[in-house]
Amino acid sequence: MATSRERLNQTLNHTEPDRLVMDMGSTAVTGINANALHRLRKALGLEERRVKISEPLQLLGEVEEDVYQALGLDCVGISAGINLFAFSNAGRKPWTMPSGLSVDVPVDFNTTVDGQGRTYLYPQGDLSAPPSGMMPKGGFFFDNITRGEISCDDIESSGAEDFKDDFAVMNDDQLRELERQCNYYYDNTDYGIIYSSNIAAIGDFAIVPGPNVKHPVGIRSLPEFMMAHHLCPDYIHEVFELQVEVGLKNAELVRQACGDKIQVVQISGTDFGTQNGPFMSQDAFREFYKPYYKKINDWVHKNTKWKTFFHSCGAVMSFLKDFHEAGVDILNPVQLSAKDMDGKILKEQWGDKFVFWGGGIDTQQTLPFGTPEEVYREVTERLELFSKGGGYVFNTIHNIQSPTSAENMMAMFDAVRDFRNRK
Amino acid sequence: MDLAAAGTGWPDGQRILYKEETDMAAEIVVEISELLQKGRAKNVKNLVQEALDQGIDPKEILNDGLLAGMMVVGGKFKRNEVFVPEVLVAARAMNAGITLLEPKLVEVGNEPVGKAVVGTVKGDLHDIGKNLVVMMLKGAGFDVVDLGTDVEADVFIERAEEENADIICMSALLTTTMPYMQTVIDALQEKGLREKYIVMIGGAPVNDAFAKQIGADYYTPDAATAAETARRAVTDR
Repeated sequence: MATSRERLNQTLNHTEPDRLVMDMGSTAVTGINANALHRLRKALGLEERRVKISEPLQLLGEVEEDVYQALGLDCVGISAGINLFAFSNAGRKPWTMPSGLSVDVPVDFNTTVDGQGRTYLYPQGDLSAPPSGMMPKGGFFFDNITRGEISCDDIESSGAEDFKDDFAVMNDDQLRELERQCNYYYDNTDYGIIYSSNIAAIGDFAIVPGPNVKHPVGIRSLPEFMMAHHLCPDYIHEVFELQVEVGLKNAELVRQACGDKIQVVQISGTDFGTQNGPFMSQDAFREFYKPYYKKINDWVHKNTKWKTFFHSCGAVMSFLKDFHEAGVDILNPVQLSAKDMDGKILKEQWGDKFVFWGGGIDTQQTLPFGTPEEVYREVTERLELFSKGGGYVFNTIHNIQSPTSAENMMAMFDAVRDFRNRK
Repeated sequence: MDLAAAGTGWPDGQRILYKEETDMAAEIVVEISELLQKGRAKNVKNLVQEALDQGIDPKEILNDGLLAGMMVVGGKFKRNEVFVPEVLVAARAMNAGITLLEPKLVEVGNEPVGKAVVGTVKGDLHDIGKNLVVMMLKGAGFDVVDLGTDVEADVFIERAEEENADIICMSALLTTTMPYMQTVIDALQEKGLREKYIVMIGGAPVNDAFAKQIGADYYTPDAATAAETARRAVTDR
C-alpha cells in the first residue's frame, strides 16, 4: 500500500492513487476554524484538549496528529513559524474566543479590547504599535485595519520604498525552524509536505494593509490600492517587483533548507475572482500579475521538483489560460459556487493542466447551512467528478467556517471514507 | 417620464430614464459623462464647475452627466466588461463632481426620490461594496444615511425610524455574518415595522434564494442594480 507522500506524488503527476488524497490544515486556505475544530474533535471522540490557534487572522485551529489518524489526512504544512502579523507561532498561552471557547494562542498573540467589545491584534505582537487587526464583538475572525488613507495623489516615495518593511528575507532562526519542521515530517512521518508560506502573494488583500508592519506608509486602503493600478501603475509595479525579489530570495533559502523533501510550495493567495465575476480585466492581470507569477513558477520549476500551489477564490474561469501559461501547477480552492465555475468543464478542459485542490464542498452554503444528507450528496458528487484519473486533492472550498455543525462535518468525512472504501 | 411608466428600468446601463433631457443635454454634460466613465476625477470636477458657471441646471449635470456616466459603468460591470477597480475609479470621479454639485442641488430644492439607511451587518467590517451602493444611491437621487460597518439590528431600526427612511439596505461579505440579516428582519417583524420598510440585501455570499428565505424584499448583485431596484421600489410603492 502506498504512503500519503507517494499518493500525493501520484496525484501531482495526474495519476490516480490507490486512495484519494485529503487535506485539512496544511495551509491557511485549506484549514478549519478553531470553533469548528473543537466541535469536530468531540464528534470524533478524541481526547479533550484545548485547540491551538495556528493562524491568528482567521483563527484557524492546529490540526493535530490524532485528527490526521482519525480522518486519514495526507498533507502537512511547514513554515518558518512566523505568521501574517509577523510574530512567532511558538509557545502557548490561554485565550478565550468570542464564542466562549478556551483555546491556546502563541505567546506573542497580544490583544486589547475596547469599550465596544472589539478585540485588537498587534503587529509583531507589539502593544505599543497601532493595532493592525480588529475583530468585532461576537466576530469569528480578525480583519486588517487600514492605517493611513493615502492615495495616488498623496504618495511621496516609490512603492518599493513604502513597502520595504513589509517583505523580509528569512533570518537564521526562522530558517532553522523551517529546517526542523521539514526534517521532522520527512523523517518521522509519511505525509506529503507543503511549504505553506506564500512565496509572493502580490496584491493580496490580506497583505496590502501591512498587518506585519508597525507603522505602514504608502497606499494601504484596498480601494485605493485597486485604483492605483489605473492611477499610478508604476507604484504597483514597484511594490510587486520588490515583493517577488524578496520572495525568490526566500524560495532559494527554502530550497537550501529542505530541498525536495518539500513536494508543494504555495506561491500566492491573492484572489482574482469575486462571487460573480473576475476581480479585474484580463488586460490588468496580464500587465500587473502574470509576468511576476511566471517568474516565480519558472524559478521553482528550474530549481526544484516542487509543484506550485496557487490560491484564488471566486470566478476565475476567464483567467485559467493565463494561470496555465504562467506555470501554475495546482489550483485552489476551486470555488464552484462562483459564477461560471462549472466542475465538469474544469475537469474536462483543464484537468490535464491543473491539479485541483479543493472544490470538495461549498463552505458558504452547504457545509454550514445544509443538512447532513445534502453535505454527503454534494461531497460524493464532487469526488466522483474530480478524482477520475487523478490530479485531485480533496479539500473544502476554503477553510471550514466557524458556524459549521459536527453533524455536517461528519457527513463530509463519511462521504470521503465511503468513497475511499468503494475504490 | 417616470421610471414605472418606462417599465424597463435601466437595462444594461442604457439610460432611458431621462431621455427627453438627454436629447437636449448640453455638450459639456455629455463630456462629463464620458470623462467619468474613464475615471478622470480632476477633469470631471473642472467640467462640472464649468457647466455650473455656464448656468446649466445642476439637476441636468447630475442626471445626464454624472449619473448617466455611472450607469454606463454599472451596466458594463454587470456584463463583466469592466471590474471593481474601474467602478471604483469612476465612482471617485463621480464623487469629485457630486461634491461641487450638492450645495447647488440644495439651492434649487431638488427633492430626493427617497431615503435609505445603509450598513454592513454586525460582525462584519467589509465596506467596499456597501460604499459603492451608498454612492450609487446618492447618485440615483436618494438621501442616504450611511451607518458604517458592524451595525446592530437596533441601530438599523432606530435610525430608519428616526430618519423616516423608505429603505433599509444591508450588506455582508461573510458566510458567518449573513445570517444576521435574518436577525434584523426578525426584529423589524417583532416591532411590527416590517411592512413599513423596503429591505434590500447584498454581498458576496448572499443570493436571491437567501433573500426569499429570510424575507427580504430584494437581493441585488451589484451597486448599479441596487440603485436601479431601489428607485423602482420606491416608485412602485
